[in-house]
Amino acid sequence: MSNNTQQGIDEKNSKSEVKKNAFQRFLQHFSGNSLALVAFILLILIIAISIFAPFIAPYDPAKGNIVNRLKPPTLERPADGGFPHILGTDQQGRDVLSRLIYGGRVSMSVGFTVVAIGGTIGTLLGLIAGYFGGWTDLIIMRIVDVASSFPGLLIALTFVMVLGPGQANLTIALLLVGWMIYARMARSQVLTARESTMVEASRAIGCSMPRILFNHILPNVISPLITTFVLEMAHMISAEANMSFLGYGIQPPASSWGLMIGEGRQYITSAWWIVVFPGLIIALTVLCLNLVGNWVREEFDPLQKGRH
Amino acid sequence: MTENNDNIIEVKNLVKYFPLRGGLLGQPTSWVHAVDDVSFNIKRGQTLGLVGESGCGKTTVGRLVLKLIEPTSGEVIFNSKNIYDEKFWKEKEFRRNAQIIFQDAFSSFDIRKNVENIVGEPLLVHGIAQGKELKEKVDDLLKLVGLKPEIAKEYPHTLSSGQKQCVGIARSLALNPTFVVADEPISALDVSVRAQILNLLKDLQKKLNLTYLFISHDIRVVYYLSDYIAVMYVGKLVETGPAEEVFAHRLHPYTEALLTAVPIEDPKMRASKEILQGEVPSPVDPPPGCRFYPRCKYAIAKCKDENPELIEKSPGHFVSCFVDFHGSKTII
Amino acid sequence: MKRYIIVRLLYTIVVILGVSILVFVVTHMVGNPVNTMLPLQATEAERAALRHQLGLDKPLFEQLTTFLGSMVKLDFGISWWQQIPALGIVINKMPATFMLVSAAMILSIVVAIPLGILAAYKPGTFLDRFLTSASLIGLCLPPFWLGLMLVLFFAVRLGWFFTSGYGTLRHLILPTITLAVVPMGHLAQIVRFSMAEQLNAQYAITARAKGASETAVLFGHALKNAATSIVTMGGSDFGRLLAGETAAVEVVFGWPGFGTLIVDTIGRQDFPLLQAEVFFVAVVICLINLIVDISYAYLDPRIKY
Repeated sequence: MSNNTQQGIDEKNSKSEVKKNAFQRFLQHFSGNSLALVAFILLILIIAISIFAPFIAPYDPAKGNIVNRLKPPTLERPADGGFPHILGTDQQGRDVLSRLIYGGRVSMSVGFTVVAIGGTIGTLLGLIAGYFGGWTDLIIMRIVDVASSFPGLLIALTFVMVLGPGQANLTIALLLVGWMIYARMARSQVLTARESTMVEASRAIGCSMPRILFNHILPNVISPLITTFVLEMAHMISAEANMSFLGYGIQPPASSWGLMIGEGRQYITSAWWIVVFPGLIIALTVLCLNLVGNWVREEFDPLQKGRH
Repeated sequence: MTENNDNIIEVKNLVKYFPLRGGLLGQPTSWVHAVDDVSFNIKRGQTLGLVGESGCGKTTVGRLVLKLIEPTSGEVIFNSKNIYDEKFWKEKEFRRNAQIIFQDAFSSFDIRKNVENIVGEPLLVHGIAQGKELKEKVDDLLKLVGLKPEIAKEYPHTLSSGQKQCVGIARSLALNPTFVVADEPISALDVSVRAQILNLLKDLQKKLNLTYLFISHDIRVVYYLSDYIAVMYVGKLVETGPAEEVFAHRLHPYTEALLTAVPIEDPKMRASKEILQGEVPSPVDPPPGCRFYPRCKYAIAKCKDENPELIEKSPGHFVSCFVDFHGSKTII
Repeated sequence: MKRYIIVRLLYTIVVILGVSILVFVVTHMVGNPVNTMLPLQATEAERAALRHQLGLDKPLFEQLTTFLGSMVKLDFGISWWQQIPALGIVINKMPATFMLVSAAMILSIVVAIPLGILAAYKPGTFLDRFLTSASLIGLCLPPFWLGLMLVLFFAVRLGWFFTSGYGTLRHLILPTITLAVVPMGHLAQIVRFSMAEQLNAQYAITARAKGASETAVLFGHALKNAATSIVTMGGSDFGRLLAGETAAVEVVFGWPGFGTLIVDTIGRQDFPLLQAEVFFVAVVICLINLIVDISYAYLDPRIKY
């Protein structure tokens, strides 16, 4: 397929300069960093599997056949037909692979939601603080500083304690303790940009403040923003796993990777697969997110690499 | 726009103090006297060279004169109208008349934009041209500063320092201004390129009938380009006058020191070395008296307590000094 | 220096007050502990009685002021769960966690810092790449899961260590290793990064070019200059761990420390105990931050307070 695409592209160009389509230009960003490319692809895969869980998971994650409980991973079909339990079954006879897939849905969506909402709120606050300065900046940043000194896990647990466990409340708890980092980053970006000679030059030629903000400052701010979002998503997935493991996050019969480890803990000596696979997938997802986050940081810093 | 005098710009008693914040809530605890009562005029089509060491406030003057920062007090009159009065000068309109060339061209660029975008942006912002017409005008500007039109597609980081500066100059000329502030335009360049840029600036002035405020720390460079020189020290003007006159007859010890600090090849032409000793006073809450006092060899008691005013010691030549100083030898 | 300490003290008070008030208001406004403490069949009258007994039916502001008044005297009331003074319980459980965290931090420092320095000294070698990969992976492993893996392998399969419990060195080893992985990863990364930065600085290149004895002096300098970043990272991890991030690992190893206490407190919705924990943690964090900041004055000659 790639050959045809290449030919097609070459045929379209009679100029000596090879025009690359958007996809090829995108791939160019990974040159020299194939690890990041692999991580990126894996991440897309994990996300895709989570989204299309109902079509991919062989079993219903909540229904289990007690007869089949604690069966080790195997490639053989079970006695009553159906897809092999490639990753074994858990203490209630539920297929571990399916629970892993659906659990991914939960873990990823918690991570994504926390970062999206917390990140937006935090970034907005940071932008406001940086842009307006003065008292606004002072008050917002003092709140950020003080809140950053609060013990995150303890506060999140407190929120879950009073609101009750479950996916929604867990999401709320995590974003209430995680918004500060975005505010700090956005503010520092705006401050740097505001004092920059580039902004001064833009004013000198007559640019309006909105134009400066959207045309000049924002594009230069977006890549650090995206980096922070990606890296924080890794943190949030770990945090969700941590809290679900302790029993204060996602509740049964739903599954999340951390919850699976927590529930399966007591069976670890007889059925290691219930605990090992969820942990591996958490580690893999967090690793991919970290690799992609680092790649974004290095690749899109216009001062480090050549442009385009 | 009627001009009733041939001063394109008149600066009157310009003052700019910056607060230094301290305390729990960041209240100003002391003030940096960046610009302390500076006045000068620049005639149409001429160049005023503003010279002084780093930190003396000359860059701040450049920003004040272009409405990029607000003065603590004082006036800037451009074409007979106060630039801070919205009735007379709408900001955007003012920008079409007065532009700036930065010392570090690269840091003044949006590095995500190519040369065409950078040079063409003023035209876009003021609605003067777009699309094909914009490209043509940009090409003209690039040719004007001696760059090939092919460079329009390049990004700033691929250019040499000289090319970057030319792009900066091209951008500043895009709106066809009459007044340009050149803030140390060659200080950041390789020595080999400096002469080129200086000559370019000179040519452009003739071609486009520009008025320059040329800011530099190198008095020799300033002399090359300027009709008038103003010497600044820790926020105040210490000597002003026609370039030839000031250069030939330095009437302030500091001007003398500036000149002799510049290496001159021919030993017969070197004046006696004036090596400054003593501390540079901090512009933060400066003491009363002449600011040059701590480093002045010729100071008298009066200099410590009183700040001398600018007095006309010979036609058009103003000096602020209590002592009757004369520079030792003629250099030129 | 004096002004700096006053400002820091003020800041510490704001943090401690802030977090305590936040937790108090959230728990008393939104929480419903009475329902957890009573069986489901309890009547409304019984619930009301318990609420009154615990003082939860008074107006919020009055409860808050009473609480703050006692907090100043370090009186956090009686734990609803254990019927003894709350702060005492916290102080009782802290040493176990402190020991574990200290052991983990010491292990991290001893392993990560020399390796990080070596890696920075010889960049691009196998050691360097191995260290970078290892720390990257180590930071991605959920600590509680890693603990379980270690238990599975070393305690169950090999029988070298205990699966849980507390008391001897053998009990300490696996939890320490588990907890040390993340700080080790952080420290290795920051040491390598800072040292590499220093070693690429002008003064460093000159010293190395001059020869061997210069190199020794060089390391002293480079290390000192990198020290502030390293101390910041170490202090941050140390504080985080003491602030309750040991909870999941302590649960895995049955370690009777502060982390397990927190888990139980949340489960039982024991408000007085929670307030005592929050207070304690805030004090510990602020103390560590203060020590780290003061250390800057010694490590970085540019910083004067």
